Amino acid sequence: MDEQFKNELLKKRFYFSDWLARIVITLVSIVSFISIALIFVFVFREALPILNYTPEVETYTDEELQMQVYNDLNNQIEKKEEKLSNTKEQIEITPRNDDQIKLQSVWESVFSTVWDPISKNPRYGIIPLIVGSLKVTLIAILIAAPIAILAALFTSTFAPKWAKEILKPAIEILAGFPSVVIGFFALVVLATFLQNLFGYQYRLNAFVGGLALSLAVIPIIYTVTEDALSAIPKSYIEASIALGAEKWQTAIYVVLPAAAPGIFAAVLLGIGRAFGETMIVMMATGNAPIISASIFEPVRTMSATIGAEMAEVIFGELHYNVLFLLGSILFLFSFSLNAIAEFYIRNRLLRRIGGSK
Amino acid sequence: MKTKKIYDLSVKSITALAAFLILLMVIVIMGNIILGGWSHITWEFLTTAPEEGMTKGGIFPAIFGTFLLVIIMSIFGIPIGTISAIYLTEYAKQESFTYKVIRFSVNTLAGIPAIVFGLFGLGFFVQFVGRGLDNVLYGGEMLRWGQPNILWASLTMALLTLPVVIVSVEEAIRAVPRELREASFALGATKWQTIRKVIIPNSITGILTGGILAVSRGAGEVAPILFTGAAYFLPYLPTSLSDQFMELGYHIYIMSTQSPDVEATRPIQYATTLVLLILTFALNFSAIFLRYRLRKTKAKFS
Repeated sequence: MDEQFKNELLKKRFYFSDWLARIVITLVSIVSFISIALIFVFVFREALPILNYTPEVETYTDEELQMQVYNDLNNQIEKKEEKLSNTKEQIEITPRNDDQIKLQSVWESVFSTVWDPISKNPRYGIIPLIVGSLKVTLIAILIAAPIAILAALFTSTFAPKWAKEILKPAIEILAGFPSVVIGFFALVVLATFLQNLFGYQYRLNAFVGGLALSLAVIPIIYTVTEDALSAIPKSYIEASIALGAEKWQTAIYVVLPAAAPGIFAAVLLGIGRAFGETMIVMMATGNAPIISASIFEPVRTMSATIGAEMAEVIFGELHYNVLFLLGSILFLFSFSLNAIAEFYIRNRLLRRIGGSK
Repeated sequence: MKTKKIYDLSVKSITALAAFLILLMVIVIMGNIILGGWSHITWEFLTTAPEEGMTKGGIFPAIFGTFLLVIIMSIFGIPIGTISAIYLTEYAKQESFTYKVIRFSVNTLAGIPAIVFGLFGLGFFVQFVGRGLDNVLYGGEMLRWGQPNILWASLTMALLTLPVVIVSVEEAIRAVPRELREASFALGATKWQTIRKVIIPNSITGILTGGILAVSRGAGEVAPILFTGAAYFLPYLPTSLSDQFMELGYHIYIMSTQSPDVEATRPIQYATTLVLLILTFALNFSAIFLRYRLRKTKAKFS
C-alpha cells in the first residue's frame, strides 16, 4: 500500500448534508450577534434626529422665540420683526448661524431639569429622570446587596442542610415572580403598609419603589454571590480551619475576601437589573419628575418614562426621539455594566483562585 | 474564648436573619396574593371576557392572548436558541473569534433591559419591517403590518428569551457523554448525523426545559409588549398575526393603575395576578423537575 493511497483513505470525505448543516447552523447562531447589532443601530437611529431637529416656533419661550425669529433670515423676517416690535421687548441680536441655534436650544432643553413633554411649551429635561433612576437604583441596591450577600454567606458556611433546602426554592420562587406581580404587590400592599408605618406624605415614592425593586434584585445578587463563594477552593477553608480559625473567622477573613471580585460582579449585575427594570418602578414610584434629596418623595425613572409615554407619542416627534435617547442611555449603561462584570471581574476572580480549580 | 463565642453567634445569626428575611418576603407576597385572589377565581372568571368597562366579567381574552404570544414566541425562539446552542457546543472552538463574539452577544442580550427590547421592537419590527412590508404589499396605502401587533410582540419576546433557551440547551448538550459522540463517529457517522441521531435525542429534556423557562419568562414580562402589540381592551379575540391582543401582565398593570375605579376592581386584579402567578410557577416547577431528571441521568452516565 503506497503512501498516496493511505492518505486518500484517511482524508475526510465530503458529505453535502454535513456541509449544508454546518453552514445553516453557523448562520442561525449568528442571529444573537445580529440582534445585538440591530438593537444598537435601531435604538440609536431613532434617537439621532435630536441632533438636527428643526424646532417649531411655537414650542419656545419668549426669549428663544425672539432669537429664533431674528436669525430666521429667510422670507418672513419683515413680518415677524413687526410682530416682535409690537411686543416691545428689547432684544439683543446675536449673529449666529441657524444650525448652532437649533442645536443649542434642543440640547439646552434636553439637559435642563424640567421634564414636561405634553404642555404647550414642552421641555424635555432628562436630568430629573436620570437622577430618579439613580436614586431608585441606589435604594434598591443598598437594601438588596447586604441581604443577598449575607444570605449567600449563610447558605455556604453556616446553614444546616434543612435550611438550605428551604432557602434555595424560596430564592427560585422570588426569581420567578414576574416583575408586574412585584409591582402590584408594592402598589397595593407595601405602599400602604409603609405609609402607615412612617407616616410620610406621598403613598408612592422612591423608597417604596426601591424596596420593591430590591425584591427583584436579591435573587440575582444571591445567585452570583453563591457561585463565587462555592468557587473558592476547599483548601483555603481547610487551611484556615487548620490554623485554628473559627468558622466565622474563616467566613469573614478568608471566604469573603477570596470571593470579593465575584461579589462585586454580582452587585454590578444587580445594579444593571435595577436600573433597567420598568414595571416595578412604573407602578410603585409615583412617577413625578422631581429632583429632591428625600427618599420619601415620588420620582420618575428613565425606564418608567419610556414605558408610560411611548404608547401615546407621535412617531417622528421630538418627544419620540427623546424617549429613544433615554433608551440608548439605558442600553449603554447595561451594556457597559455587563461588559465590566463579564471581562474584568471574572478574569480577576479566576486569576486569584487560579490553578487550583 | 467567650468573646469568640459571641462573635460566632452574632455572625451566624446576622446571616441567618438575612436568609430568614428573604423567606419571609416570599411567604408574605405569596400569601397575600393567594388570599386576595383565591375566592374570585371561578370557571366563569377564566372563560368569559371583561364586561362593563372591565369592572366585571372574566379575563379570558388576556389568557388567550398570553398563550398565543408565548406559542408564536416559541415557534421562533426555541429552534433558533437550540441551533445556536448546538453551534456553541458542537461546532465552534472555544478560542475562536466567532465563539467569543456569539458568547458575548448572548450574555449581552441577557443583560439588556426589557424596555429596550420594547423600543427595539417598535423601531425595528413595527416601524422598519412593518412599514416596509406595507409599502411593498399595499404600496403604503394601507397600514396593516406597520402598527403594533401580536407578531411583532412575539418576535420581540423571542429575542428577549433567546439567551434563556441557549443557556439551558447548552447545559443539556454538554451533559451528553463524550463516549456517545465517539461511538457514533467510530461507526462512520458524520457530524450532522451524530447531532441528529445522538445529540438532539439525548438532550431533548434540556431543550424542553429551556423552552419552558423561556415561556415562563415571556409570560411574565410586560415591558417589551407595552408598545409592540398589547392592547388595553379588545372586544374580539386576535384572529390574525396583524391583530393586537390582551395579555395577563399588561391587564394587571392597566387594571391596577389606569382603571377608573381602582379600589372596586381590586378582587379582579388579585385574581388576575394569581392566575399569572400560577401559570408561571407551574411552568417553572416543571422546568425544575425536568432539570432534576436531566441531572440524574447525567449522574447515571458518569
